[in-house]
Amino acid sequence: MMTQLPSSPPPRHRLSTRLWHWANAVVVLVMVMSGLMIFNAHPRLYWGAYGANADPAWLEIGATGDAQHLAGGLRIGSMSIGTTGLLGASAGEDGAMQAIAFPGWATIPGSYDLALARRWHLAFAWALAVGLAVYVVRSLVNGHIWRDLHISRAEWAPRHIWGDVRDHLRLRFDDASYGVLQKLAYVGVLFVLLPAMIASGLAMAPGMDAAAPWLVDLFGGRQSARSVHFIGMAGLVGFVGLHLSMVLLSGPLRRVWAMIAGGRA
Amino acid sequence: MIGRRGVILGGGLLLAGCDRLVRDPGVNDALDRVAGLHQPGQRLIMGRDALAQEFGARQMSPDFRTNGNTDVEDAGWRAHAAEGFARWTLRVDGLVHRSLDLSLAALKAMTQRTQITRHDCVEGWSAIGQWQGPQLGQVLAMAGMLPTARYVVFHCADRTGDAPYYESIDLIDAFHPQTILAWGMNGAVLPIEHGAPIRLRVERQLGYKQAKYVMRVELRDSLAGLYGGKGGYWEDVAGYQWYAGI
Repeated sequence: MMTQLPSSPPPRHRLSTRLWHWANAVVVLVMVMSGLMIFNAHPRLYWGAYGANADPAWLEIGATGDAQHLAGGLRIGSMSIGTTGLLGASAGEDGAMQAIAFPGWATIPGSYDLALARRWHLAFAWALAVGLAVYVVRSLVNGHIWRDLHISRAEWAPRHIWGDVRDHLRLRFDDASYGVLQKLAYVGVLFVLLPAMIASGLAMAPGMDAAAPWLVDLFGGRQSARSVHFIGMAGLVGFVGLHLSMVLLSGPLRRVWAMIAGGRA
Repeated sequence: MIGRRGVILGGGLLLAGCDRLVRDPGVNDALDRVAGLHQPGQRLIMGRDALAQEFGARQMSPDFRTNGNTDVEDAGWRAHAAEGFARWTLRVDGLVHRSLDLSLAALKAMTQRTQITRHDCVEGWSAIGQWQGPQLGQVLAMAGMLPTARYVVFHCADRTGDAPYYESIDLIDAFHPQTILAWGMNGAVLPIEHGAPIRLRVERQLGYKQAKYVMRVELRDSLAGLYGGKGGYWEDVAGYQWYAGI
């Protein structure tokens, strides 16, 4: 007589998801921090093909005043705000104020070094791109994307989305499956934000300009690609902040342990 | 309670530990090898003669900013500059059949290429300008390369402290159609601050490869043993990648 062996229930998070999640968390952290140091070399953003000091910048982080009275500031378009201590002017390794766009605690390395930042950024770029490609292919093959991230027609209904918004505001989280907002966030990062970061990063490379001029044109020129790269970075940082808040609000230990050990479906 | 001081102290120790890892020579060697994969990666998908984007006259930067050294202290160069480089010559030597000394007039008499291209500084800014001069490939063909030649080194008149500026490229970029020895910029003679009398244009790489004040073109089989051994001033001094296609 055949006996039905009790099969263990599938984990909430597959091994491929868990591996990529933690590896990618490290990679994105390194990419953002080394990227901010690269930005520090020229803390101005432009639209179009060219852009340098004499050209109008839509975003600028800078410092004014003498060494004893440095004041940092951020300008976006015609809007300026003082950001002393954080952006433009912050305490250096010796504690003294120095003129630098992003402060040392936010950058790799912790004091100005463009070559070192580029070495980290350009090496980890491979890990980001290869990791994302392997994970997306794996998740297509094992059905993760279709099963867990696919947004059904019913979920697209404004009533349903509004209901999910209200649930989030009341801190009521459905444990059985991802909500529509959660799916939108993950799909947005996986299929829009991360690919856009890779594409806009490549578009800044003069070699890629020759290999794939269409890639530069796609963004409207190299300096536009640099601006998109920066905005995408801000989007990623925003996602991570939101993601961490949701984890904290919905049972952090259980959530983190599930992403380490797999958890119950 | 850990307290605010504890957080600051703990954060400081964490940052210091991270920074030690970030600067570790062994880690950096490994990172250099991985970052170095961008060269074969780009070469794999890029046609050997694939051109960097060229622009129209209306797309040029109104102001092409200068960078690096904008003048030269060397007495020999200054004497040439005072004469408008009338008696200046470009030395071509190393692993060649015939060493050459080419005057500015000789360079201007060769077939010229004019291109409006984008100059991308490693810092992040870009400027679009027009460049004119003979292709480097023509000059190398005149000298006749020996089969052992693998690198073209550009020795420059400017120096920072004791270190002279120099740069190097491989033969793929040396014979690329857009690789020129530019004596003209934006329709005029190349200004001093942009590298007179000639500067290299190697359009598929970043700004620090575009050597200014070029005095001598040397063909070599290796970059080892030359200055810091990494093939360029910025490569030696600050550790920038030799391949600057990204």
